[in-house]
Amino acid sequence: MVEAPQGLADIEAPMRTQVQPTSQRRRTRLRHFVLHVLLSIGAFFMILPFLWMLSTSLKAPGDVFKFPPEWIPDPIVWSNYAKSWTLKPMGLAYLNSIKISTLTTVGTLFTSSLAAFAFAKLRFRGQHILFIVLLATLMIPVQVTLIPLFILFKWIDWIDTHWPLIVPAILTNAYGVFLLRQFFMSLPNALGDAGEIDGCNPFQIYWHIYLPLSVPALVTLGIFAFLYHWNEFLLPLIYLNSLQNFTIPLMLATFQGAYITDWELLMAAATLALVPVIIVYIFGQRYFVQGIALTGLKG
Amino acid sequence: MARNPSRLRKQEERWAYLFLLPQFLGLVCFVLGPVLASLFLSFSEWNLVAPPQWIGLENYRVSLQTAVFWQTWRNTIYYVVASVTGSVFLSLALALALNEKLRGVTLYRGIYFLPVVTSAVAVSIVWRWLYNPEFGLFNALLTAVGLPTLPWLNSLQWAMPSVVIMSVWQTLGYNMVIFLAGLQGIGDHFYEAAEIDGATAWQRFRFITLPLLSPTTFFIFVTAIIGAFQAFNQIYIMTNGGPANATRVILLHIYILAFRLFKIGEASAVSWALFLILFCLTLVNFFVARKWVHYG
Repeated sequence: MVEAPQGLADIEAPMRTQVQPTSQRRRTRLRHFVLHVLLSIGAFFMILPFLWMLSTSLKAPGDVFKFPPEWIPDPIVWSNYAKSWTLKPMGLAYLNSIKISTLTTVGTLFTSSLAAFAFAKLRFRGQHILFIVLLATLMIPVQVTLIPLFILFKWIDWIDTHWPLIVPAILTNAYGVFLLRQFFMSLPNALGDAGEIDGCNPFQIYWHIYLPLSVPALVTLGIFAFLYHWNEFLLPLIYLNSLQNFTIPLMLATFQGAYITDWELLMAAATLALVPVIIVYIFGQRYFVQGIALTGLKG
Repeated sequence: MARNPSRLRKQEERWAYLFLLPQFLGLVCFVLGPVLASLFLSFSEWNLVAPPQWIGLENYRVSLQTAVFWQTWRNTIYYVVASVTGSVFLSLALALALNEKLRGVTLYRGIYFLPVVTSAVAVSIVWRWLYNPEFGLFNALLTAVGLPTLPWLNSLQWAMPSVVIMSVWQTLGYNMVIFLAGLQGIGDHFYEAAEIDGATAWQRFRFITLPLLSPTTFFIFVTAIIGAFQAFNQIYIMTNGGPANATRVILLHIYILAFRLFKIGEASAVSWALFLILFCLTLVNFFVARKWVHYG
């Protein structure tokens, strides 16, 4: 769908040649044209679901089932949004999601940067083995811990509260520790030594010297942590029972269950859930794409 | 820091353990503890109400004898192979195209990456609507170009391919960005040398790009496979495992066993079977990697 591999490898060559014969330049231009056509078609299919969602969300109930479908709704029904906002407590779901995602993100940045700093800049017995143990936990699939964790939280009476979504998320982020450790290692040790001579303890060195220098890494990691918890579905599905505790994805799933064929309302609800993320994405794009590129980062 | 007397070293050590405390507390309570508990539960019968009974390997035996278990595995392997292959090849092609100095490259990247950040639940609802057999956009497009319409999520044959297409759509951008980072790490001098030697475009791709990109490709394969084995959200929303269990994958199977049927023991046994298989698969991956991954 996107591009055959043959044409791609010689992409870079012509740009490196300082003086190009005209025929070669023409070939480059032709190849670029073909690439643009293919990439545009691909890009169209990537955003098609979003456009279709927007279009449907603004239709009158009867117009949804016109075949062939219309792209521009006539009339445009804005009230679908107000309706889907109030049919289920969407506002409450927003507040719950904001609360959970913010707390987990701030908490996980703190605990994982602390551990990362210890691994990168302090020396202690068992350093190597502890780091390997931490990395090994990345291989454990969610399935294995799912049931015991449910039982644990049932036991301590945390089911249908936000705690099982917040506390483990703050205290387990091996990926974050790994990435921040790499980042701290790239910062010079001399900074810490200077702090030590000035009488700083390790926490002060971490807090006043290294942490301020790590803001770009923390922002990238923070954005991904926030998104991960914002979009999380399986855990809220298991832990939460009452509507007033639901997060956005869970509320959406309930919405689908209740209005299974009211497509204009479902699409309006999906739009309401996606808009904040898409806005954040558009403004923070360089953090997303660069961050992931630098680190191979996930969740 | 401390290259000083042992008193300072002791102090540094104490600070280090303090810094590690939160993460390792979490590791013990929420990862290692549960993993062991899960192993214990897999040897017992428990419905969350009556006290658990030790029944040895019975859960494993029962699992192996149910048809749904085997169907779940077939579905999971189909899903993993199809979605990982599709996503890796398309994202490689995309990354190669976008590694070029084209106008608008940033915009393209932004668009292809967009589905990665969106909620799987929200986009799955949208895709269920796209796939609607009577009024959905896909069948409208097929009709428009004169092709027969498809039953998509409603049919035994098409349900899984439909789920795979949606999943490829959502994961494409993530792998693309990692491939791009890998491509940008390949030095220009390799291509310059090849050009002097008169290598063709295909030869440059085959003998420079592919081998030098292989650590990235390996990383993507390993993470994509582990990720695909944990597919849940889009399937729960779009098909809930149906029709007739045609899209029931392993995590959904475990979810249904544990949280709908309350067969805690059997669900744990399936989890552990999965864990062992994933572990072996990753070992095989690392072993095979020696043959094709080149570390410069």
